[in-house]
Amino acid sequence: MKKYLGKKIFIYLITFFFAVTIDWAIPRFMPGDPVQMLLSRFQGMEGGREIIQAQITASFGLDRPLLEQYFNFWATLFKGDLGTSIYAFPKPVMSVINEAIIFDILLLVPSIILSWIVGNKLGAFSGVNKKADKYLMPVFYFLTSSPYFWFAVVVVFFLGVQLPWFPISNAYSATMRPAFNIDFILDFLHHWFLPFITLFLVQLGGWAIGMRNMIIYEMGSNYSKYMESLGAPEKLIRKYAFRNGVLPQVTGLAISLGNIIAGALTTQIVFSYPGLGFILLKAIQNQDYFLVQGCFLFIIVFVLLANFLVDIVYMLVDPRVRFSYSGEV
Amino acid sequence: MKNHWKVLLGVLLVLLVSTMAFSYERNETLVYGGGLWGAPTNWNPLTPWAEVTGTGGLVYEYLFHYYPLADEYQPWLAVKGEWVSSKVYEVELRKGIKWTDGEAFTADDVVFTFEVAKDNALHYSNVWNWIDSVEAVSPTKVRFTFGDEPHYQEWSVILYDLRIIPEHIWGAKPADEYLTTANANPVGTGPYMADSIGQDRMVWVRNDNWWGNDVFGQPKPKYLVNLVVNSNNVALGMLMKGELDLSNYFIPGVPKIKDTFGLTTWYKGEPYMLSENSALLFLNTTKGAMKDAAFRRALAFAINPEIIVERVFENQVEVANAAGLFGEGWMKYYDEEVVEANGFNYDPKAAIKMLDDNGYVDANGDGWRDDKNGNSMKFEIIVPNGWTDWMESIKVIANNFQAVGINAVPSFPDYGIYMNKIQDGTFDMCINNFASSRSTTPYTYWNWVATDEIYGKLVTDGNYSRYDDAELFTLIREFNMMQNSDAGIMEKASQIQEKLLNAMPSIPLWYNGLWAQSTSSVWKNWSTEDNPTGYPCSWAGKMQFGFVEMLIKLESAQ
Repeated sequence: MKKYLGKKIFIYLITFFFAVTIDWAIPRFMPGDPVQMLLSRFQGMEGGREIIQAQITASFGLDRPLLEQYFNFWATLFKGDLGTSIYAFPKPVMSVINEAIIFDILLLVPSIILSWIVGNKLGAFSGVNKKADKYLMPVFYFLTSSPYFWFAVVVVFFLGVQLPWFPISNAYSATMRPAFNIDFILDFLHHWFLPFITLFLVQLGGWAIGMRNMIIYEMGSNYSKYMESLGAPEKLIRKYAFRNGVLPQVTGLAISLGNIIAGALTTQIVFSYPGLGFILLKAIQNQDYFLVQGCFLFIIVFVLLANFLVDIVYMLVDPRVRFSYSGEV
Repeated sequence: MKNHWKVLLGVLLVLLVSTMAFSYERNETLVYGGGLWGAPTNWNPLTPWAEVTGTGGLVYEYLFHYYPLADEYQPWLAVKGEWVSSKVYEVELRKGIKWTDGEAFTADDVVFTFEVAKDNALHYSNVWNWIDSVEAVSPTKVRFTFGDEPHYQEWSVILYDLRIIPEHIWGAKPADEYLTTANANPVGTGPYMADSIGQDRMVWVRNDNWWGNDVFGQPKPKYLVNLVVNSNNVALGMLMKGELDLSNYFIPGVPKIKDTFGLTTWYKGEPYMLSENSALLFLNTTKGAMKDAAFRRALAFAINPEIIVERVFENQVEVANAAGLFGEGWMKYYDEEVVEANGFNYDPKAAIKMLDDNGYVDANGDGWRDDKNGNSMKFEIIVPNGWTDWMESIKVIANNFQAVGINAVPSFPDYGIYMNKIQDGTFDMCINNFASSRSTTPYTYWNWVATDEIYGKLVTDGNYSRYDDAELFTLIREFNMMQNSDAGIMEKASQIQEKLLNAMPSIPLWYNGLWAQSTSSVWKNWSTEDNPTGYPCSWAGKMQFGFVEMLIKLESAQ
C-alpha cells in the first residue's frame, strides 16, 4: 500500500514539473506580443502608444530574459501568485479564475455526475434487455453523436424562443442583483437549467453506450458463462458484470471531472453563460501569458488529482490492482 | 441532536425567504450590450484601452461632447472654449459641478489632468511637445498656451476625448499606480456611478445629483445594465424576446427580421446603420509587385465592393468613396474633383488594361499573371479567423483578383497571428479598420492610414502598407498644424487625397457600421434618422457622441 502510493506520488510530481514547464513555455512561443495586442485597437494620440508600451511591458516583467522569467514564475507560483492578467488587467489571475470557476463547477459537476449515474444505469439496463435496447440505442447514439452546438441551438430555439419558457442567456436576469435569497436562487436555476440539461443529455448517450457494451461483453465472458453453468441466478451474474463494467467508466468520470476548468466553452457561447472556458479562449486569443498559464495550471492540477483519485479508487474497488502492487499475486 | 438540525434548517429557510430580494425595476432599467466582452475589471480613465465602456462618458466627463452628425461641439464641463490668439486657447468651465464624492470641480482639476501627463508617461504625454503651459486663471477658467507649432487638429480631438480626472483623488495616488490601478470605485462628474458587477455584466446607477439634470434634463433609466453577450446569435435571440433594449452587435439578418420583431435601426431602410469607420485593404508596399503604384491602382479597379456590401453585409453598410472619407467632420475636406480625377471604381476591364500595359502578363502560361520580370506572383489576403463578415469579404476580393488574372487566396489566421503578421510586415494584404473611426478631423484618418511611424521593427500605429513618402508625411503634419479657418487648409487636404489616390497604398472598401438595433417593449423614442436625439453607441470611448443625450430623451414604453 505504502509502496503503491509512494511510487504514484513520485510519478505525479515529475509529471507536474514537466507539465507546468510546458505550460509556461507554450504561450511564450506563440508568435506575437500580448502588450501589442492589448493596445492594438486603441486609437490614441500621435506617439502615445510608444510611451506606454514600454512601461506596460516592464510592469509585467516581459522585458526580462526568458530564463529569469521562468525562475520568477516558479518562485511566485509557490507563493500562490499566478501573476496579473493582461487581458483582464489589472486583476490577478487567481481572482479571474476564482470568480469564474464557480459557474463551471455549478454547471459541470451536476451534469457530469448525474449523466454518469443515469447513463450507467440506462446503459446497463439496455445491455441486458434486448427489447429496451432496440429503442434506447438509437436515442443514445442520437444524443452522443449530435454536435453539441447544433443540439443546444435547437433546444434554445424551441424552449427559449418559440416557447419562451427559459431565458436564453447569462447567469441570471438583467434586473437581478446576486443575493442569498429565494428569488435570486430561483432566477439563477431558471437560467441554469437549459445549459445544464443540454450538457446532461449529450453526455448521457456516451456513458450509456459505454456501459451497455461493457455489460454485453462481461455477460458473454467466461466467468459469467461459468457462473451461469453453475446455475447462479441471472441477477447475481448481472451484478458482477456491472461491477467489472463500471471500472473503465470510473476512469472516464475522473477525466471528465478533471477537465472542468477547460470548461464548457460551447455552452458558454451558445447560452452566453459565464465561466472559465470562454475566458481561456479570450486569454489565448489575446496571448495573455499569465491567464493562459494560470488556467492550464489549474487544468494540470485537476487532471492529476482526478487521476490520483482514480488510482486510489481503483485500489479500493478492484482487488486485482491492490494485490498486484502489494505483490500478493 | 436531531432537533437542532431541524431548528437550524427552519431558521435558514425563514432567512432565505425573508431576505429582501433586490432587483432592479425593469421599467427603470436599460439593458444593453455590445461594448463589454468580459467581466468588468478596470475603471481607470488614464488607460482608455482597458477601461470598462462607460468609464469615459458615464462617470468621467469631457470638456466638450462632439456630435458627429452635425459636426458640432456641445459644451459639457466647459461652457465655452475659444482661441483668444493663435497660441492661446481659453476654456470657461461650468459653475457648480461636483464630483460624486461631494468635492467641487474646478479649473485645478483640468490643469491637473494635463499636468499629470507632463510628469508621468501617459498616453497623452506628447501634448507637452507642443503645449507650453496650462494654468488656472480663475476657478472656472483655464488657459492653454501653445508652443510654436500647435497641433490644432489633434487639439480639436482632445477637447472631446480627454477624460477630466479629480485632482484630490489622483493627486494623492502614488505615480506608479496611474497605469496599474483598477480604480474600482470611480469618482467622476458624470450622470452615472458604478453600482455592481458580475461575471457577465456591469451595472451603473444614475447619479441623481448630476449637474446636467438642470441643463439638459435627467437620463431616464435609473439603472444601466451592460450585459456580456458571448455571441451575435444570442444577441439576436435576446432582441427577438425583447430582453435587450439596445444591441450594438453586428447581427446578420437584421434587414429581414427587423419589421417582424419591431426592431429600430437608425435608418428605416438601407443602409440601416450609421457608418462608424472605414474598412481598408492594406497592400504591403515592401513586397514584390505591390511596390508598384500602377499595380496597386489596378487592384483597386478589380475589386467589386458592391457585391460585398450586398451579399456579405446585406446592405447594412455603404460602399466607401475612393478617399475613404465619410461623416461631416471629414467630408468638409473631401475634394470631389480630385477624387473624380484620381479615384477608382469597379472596372475589371480597366484593371486588366492597366495590368497589361504595365507588363503584368502571364509569361509562363500557368494561367496567372506574373510580375514584370516574369516571376510568378501569389498573394495571401488575411483577416482574423472567426470574423465572419470579413472572411466572406476577402473571399469576394480574392475572386475579383482571380478574375483579372491575379493569383490571390483568402486566409484566416487566428487574431494573434493576424496582428503579428500585419505588425511585423510578413503579410501580403489585409483588411483593417482599427483606428479609422469617425472623428472631427480627417487628420486622425490620414495619420493612421499614412502614419510615418513605419521604420521600427513593428508597425503599430497604422500604415500597415509601410508606404514611405516623406512628402505625404509632411503634408499630413502640416495639416495637423492648421486651423479649420486657415486659408490654405483645403488645398492641403486636397493634396493629401490626391497623393493617397495616386499611390493607393491601401484601398478603401466600405464603411463598417455603427451596429445598433433596439427594441421598444420597455423604452421608446430611440434616436433615429427622423428623430436624432443622440448617438446610439455604447462602445468604449464613444459615449461623448451623444449616448447620454439619447438616454435623456428616452421614454418609458410601459
